[in-house]
Amino acid sequence: MKIKSLVKMVTVLVLLIAIVPCSHFEQRAEAFSNQVVQQGAVGDDVIELQSRLQYLGFYNGKIDGVFGWGTYWALRNFQYEFGMKVDGLAGQQTKAKLVKASKYHKEHVKKNINEGKKFTHYGGTDINKQGGGTAAPKNNQSGAQGNKPSGTQGNNQGANQQGANQPAPKQQAAPSKVTAANTPNGFSQNDIQLMANAVYGEARGEPYEGQVAVAAVIINRLESATFPNTVSGVIFEPLAFTAVADGQIWLTPNETARKAVLDAINGMDPTGEATYYFNPDTATSSWIWGRPQIKKIGKHIFCK
Amino acid sequence: MLRGILITILTIGVAGAAFWGYQEHQEKNAILQNAENNYQRAFHDLSFQMDLLNDKIGTSLAMNSRSSLSPALAEVWKITSQAHNDVGQLPLTLVPFNKTEEFLANVGNFAYKTAIRDLDDEPLTDEEYATLETLYKESADIQNDLREVQHMVLDNHLTWMDVELALATEGAPADNTIIDGFKTVEKTVESYSETEFGVGMVGIKKEDDNFKYLKGKKINKEEAVETAKKWVTPGENFKTKVTENGKGADYGFFSVYMEGDRNKSHATMDITKKGGFPIWFLVSREVEEQKISLNDATNKAIAFLKDHNFTDLDLFESAQYDNMGVFTFVGTNGDTRIYPDAITMKVALDNGDIIGFSAEDYLKSHHEREIAEPKITAAEAKKQVNPKVKIMEERQAVILNDLTKEVLCHEFTGVLGDDTYRIYINAESGIEEKVEKLDNAEQIYEDVV
Repeated sequence: MKIKSLVKMVTVLVLLIAIVPCSHFEQRAEAFSNQVVQQGAVGDDVIELQSRLQYLGFYNGKIDGVFGWGTYWALRNFQYEFGMKVDGLAGQQTKAKLVKASKYHKEHVKKNINEGKKFTHYGGTDINKQGGGTAAPKNNQSGAQGNKPSGTQGNNQGANQQGANQPAPKQQAAPSKVTAANTPNGFSQNDIQLMANAVYGEARGEPYEGQVAVAAVIINRLESATFPNTVSGVIFEPLAFTAVADGQIWLTPNETARKAVLDAINGMDPTGEATYYFNPDTATSSWIWGRPQIKKIGKHIFCK
Repeated sequence: MLRGILITILTIGVAGAAFWGYQEHQEKNAILQNAENNYQRAFHDLSFQMDLLNDKIGTSLAMNSRSSLSPALAEVWKITSQAHNDVGQLPLTLVPFNKTEEFLANVGNFAYKTAIRDLDDEPLTDEEYATLETLYKESADIQNDLREVQHMVLDNHLTWMDVELALATEGAPADNTIIDGFKTVEKTVESYSETEFGVGMVGIKKEDDNFKYLKGKKINKEEAVETAKKWVTPGENFKTKVTENGKGADYGFFSVYMEGDRNKSHATMDITKKGGFPIWFLVSREVEEQKISLNDATNKAIAFLKDHNFTDLDLFESAQYDNMGVFTFVGTNGDTRIYPDAITMKVALDNGDIIGFSAEDYLKSHHEREIAEPKITAAEAKKQVNPKVKIMEERQAVILNDLTKEVLCHEFTGVLGDDTYRIYINAESGIEEKVEKLDNAEQIYEDVV
């Protein structure tokens, strides 16, 4: 009985805090930076945006720091409900309204993100429903300081239970705090990694555009009818790439190779639609010299 | 005494080396055998699939009932894709086998497109039936050729490892029976005059128009450099190098290389000979820590496009990859989005420089379009959308459909569960041209240290 009324009091308090913007609750350091946050953005501001939208119940997805479609619709709904211009951009006005209307428990969010745990950041109203015995194992942050430790503990257990159904989600700790990344449509991060491996193994000594070009050849082969239709199929086709044959593909690629792959996937094709390339100094097959040549980048000649 | 010990040690040494050598040899053989078996499996599987393909096309010819024709054609489609997959596992990259693979892809496409069609409404035309007949004959030829190779392989214990060796070493892959066999297959396929795949079945690749819409006079090397400078400036002083396209290129272009003193950067750019339009450029430099937001970067990208007289473009997608922003713009015509007219840009988030630009799609497809009045209103089209999808946005759009033809559609962006979808309903016929599931951000799978 006592606990219940305490919870109620706390909730009322929280609501009051949420409605009446008291200056000392509005900690400058915890508020957004000055940037306008738009779809596709990654970083701390997005984490805060997602947390605040979740606090108000607009956003039900994961707080991962990537402004994806879920966040976009949540933000638009928020803008609609609060009578603002619905543009899906978190500009100054939207952010100010959001800061006024919600709280952001930075410590809680950051801690959980860093520890790679499942967590949520719903506002105070939700805790009552949860107390009523919702099945969801995730516990929610109530908003009052006193509830914080128990809330996080509940989360830990929740994470462990849920972890069984999923490929153990482990998340990056530092330095960037986001736990997800944008990926181009149709490619997973592992595809990108595999391609980066191939590019690094094949062309690590080449200039940047030469590396993009090798990645572009892989993409062009994917689109061609005469080659396999999967990234792994193209890369591991016997005798297709020397780096695969001699095992250099398993060297750890650097950041440049990965960037080159992303560029190629995003549509950069320095090769003029080539599907073959070779190094004229080391090429052993006379056949390859017979292909129509398009251009030379670095040491490689690219051809049809 | 000493001699005895020495002899013993030597003997043990020799025996040990022999034993070790034997073991290594065994291991090597085991690994070679393993690789060989993989090749053999793919090869025999391939000829099996070709047998099956021939059979299936044959049976579908004899079928009268349309309800059984669809599954049969779907089967053909499946078999071609498996055969294609098998070819991909054989070390044939350097053997000309393209025609055969193209043949497989074409058969697959033909089968797919006829299989998914409602054959009750739109039965096989005489032309298509004739196509099927020719395909039947052609697949029989390929089947025979392959069977012959298969027979030789089995009879003479030919190994694929030899093929690999023959291909990997300089000189003559010519005297290898397997390679010769595949060359025969290729020749057979090549000898077929282009099989008529019927209306709207033009090849598998997107028709390449080679910048046919571009206007302007031909430029020379000096003009190419001048043009390039308008787009990229890698510092105050830089040296340039221009090369022409190779003979094998489909279209004429100049590649301009610029090396500047700013940020140790260099840039490369391809410019069409006709009119001097930028196909793409890339600036290679270290991008430092993020200083500007993705939104600022968007504005920089838009300003850049405006400065260079690209008009009627809408921001379609934006995404941040580490400290770079990637933006896709698509063409607009009034309220209609023209998806084939796409430009991709990459902006460094440290100072907002444009470090990547690709207008290949845009330059290839952009032209004055007459957008017809849609026959179907948006409200009517909406009825075609799965009622479970909550529609959030709608507009008109021109997209490339499966047949790589431009079609006018009503576009709906909607939410189903946690996922967002983009649905295109043909504004003429009301059919669902395309449904795209838009990717969510992918979780980073990395160990917590």
